[in-house]
Amino acid sequence: MGRITLDKVTKSFGTAQVIPPLDLTIEDGEFTVFVGPSGCGKSTLLRLIAGLEDVSSGQIRIDGEDATMTPPAKRGLSMVFQSYALYPHMSVRKNIAFPMRMAKMPQEEQDRRIEAAAKALNLTDYLERRPGQLSGGQRQRVAIGRAIVREPSAFLFDEPLSNLDAALRVGMRMEISELHKKLATTMIYVTHDQVEAMTMADKIVVLRAGYVEQVGSPLDLYRAPRNLFVAGFIGSPKMNFIEGPEAAKYDAHTIGVRPEHISISADEGPWSGVVGVSEHLGSDTFFHIHDTGLAETITVRADGEVSFHHGDRVHLTPRTDVIHRFDTAGLRINQ
Amino acid sequence: MARSITQRRKAINTAAAWAVGLLIFFPILWTILTSFKTEAQAINDPPLFLFFDWTLENYAVVQERSDYMRFLWNSIIVAGGSTILGIIIAVPAAWSMAFVPSNRTKDILLWMLSTKMLPAVGVLYPIYLIFIRLGLLDSRIGLVVVLMLINLPIIIWMLYTYFKEIPGEILEAARMDGATLKEEILYVLTPMAVPGIASTLLLNIILAWNEAFWTLNLTAAKAAPLTAFIASYSSPEGLFYAKLSAASTMAIAPILILGWFSQKQLVRGLTFGAVK
Repeated sequence: MGRITLDKVTKSFGTAQVIPPLDLTIEDGEFTVFVGPSGCGKSTLLRLIAGLEDVSSGQIRIDGEDATMTPPAKRGLSMVFQSYALYPHMSVRKNIAFPMRMAKMPQEEQDRRIEAAAKALNLTDYLERRPGQLSGGQRQRVAIGRAIVREPSAFLFDEPLSNLDAALRVGMRMEISELHKKLATTMIYVTHDQVEAMTMADKIVVLRAGYVEQVGSPLDLYRAPRNLFVAGFIGSPKMNFIEGPEAAKYDAHTIGVRPEHISISADEGPWSGVVGVSEHLGSDTFFHIHDTGLAETITVRADGEVSFHHGDRVHLTPRTDVIHRFDTAGLRINQ
Repeated sequence: MARSITQRRKAINTAAAWAVGLLIFFPILWTILTSFKTEAQAINDPPLFLFFDWTLENYAVVQERSDYMRFLWNSIIVAGGSTILGIIIAVPAAWSMAFVPSNRTKDILLWMLSTKMLPAVGVLYPIYLIFIRLGLLDSRIGLVVVLMLINLPIIIWMLYTYFKEIPGEILEAARMDGATLKEEILYVLTPMAVPGIASTLLLNIILAWNEAFWTLNLTAAKAAPLTAFIASYSSPEGLFYAKLSAASTMAIAPILILGWFSQKQLVRGLTFGAVK
């Protein structure tokens, strides 16, 4: 079980309020991602749930029981840190055993769980090594192993992949997702990378300055962002925002069009502009179009085979059925 | 061009370092040399450097006249005891200041250091009176306590700097893993800080070993360590340089040997944090 409820939780450091009153429920077995720009309070929120920080007011309930004042060790949660936070003076085996040793678990049970975790995480050959002798990916797996063996009611991940290189990150992302499928335990995952959020989450919580901007499934957020911030944060490349007369045509203060919802052509389309930088990714090409009279730059995602050159005049056609409309306050206007 | 300048710099630096090193070491070398001279040669003018009749006579006399082993044993107990006691008190103190700092932590650290700025003689009288009341004069336990208190600020400061280098996340991980505060300090913090703790230990043994003011003032015969042993050879009836030198050499030999073997650890410890 691992249902976590935050009830009007606030956190202040001195006079600065980092988390204004916040309500949130994380259902049992759910993979929830807290995402937002740096300084948005997502890590603080995770640390409040972990018990590493005390809440200033409000209540945290784990499986219905008030855990607001419970010390971290007694909350039944496991945490994986950004820096892995392995014990450098202990072997991998001892690192993984540490939480069980603290819980005074019988030795045979400890050994059984270590073997199982090592097998699941491909660490069997490294059990006697020190963390310093392992690669970044292996260290991260040890940190995960140490978290698994306790059989916690929920896992907390604090930007666990940001110290890994890009290729490894994709691999670990899959591993963590698979782990979640296998264990079906609640996971809360903090990241500033919206791609991680989109690919892993059952539920995304978008945070800005401590406020929850939107909660929903990845596709909900992609299809119906509640405001300009979420619209701009979710999706890569970023959504194009257009104000002025073009937006007024749609009865909106601002309209948003995703780069993948604009087609580019040499000779026809309602909008036109000049090609600036083109980013060739192979499968796709991103064109940055200037001088459209709509916004400073309009980003367009086209097929990898499409080729225009710097300075070419091109025409753009947005897909009108997926245009997002926002009012003067930046809130979504529903169709 | 650039190369020749750096080469010359290097040569000058090396020469300067040797000069300073020799300057610092010279008194010790002279003491050791004098301890092998006769009393007459010791005060010879001009001074004799290496060419004299080497003799062990002074050591024999010193050994005969006073019980070196008793002084040595007192020194070991006082230096070791005060250091160990100090570490036991300083580890939790430094932990709290490094990992749960408050607004006043810096002030407390400075205040502790400021006690070292007070001339020791300024508190001699009150401490002497307290020692008389408690019957601690000329006792090893009294010396252990006083030397521990004298060096405690340095121990805490050193440990504090080492602990600051340990990432807080590792201690938080221990907390998440179910460790109590005691287990966190015992199983995670202390083993990680072993190099730092070892340097602190060594430096404080040296400081306590060489401490002369309190050891001379608070002891008479029973608890007197090696500092008192040296002092007993400088008397108003006349100085016997060779014997005094022999006594000094015997007193500093153990700590010199300890320092020699642990110099790597000491240098590493003292530059810890400054050079990463």
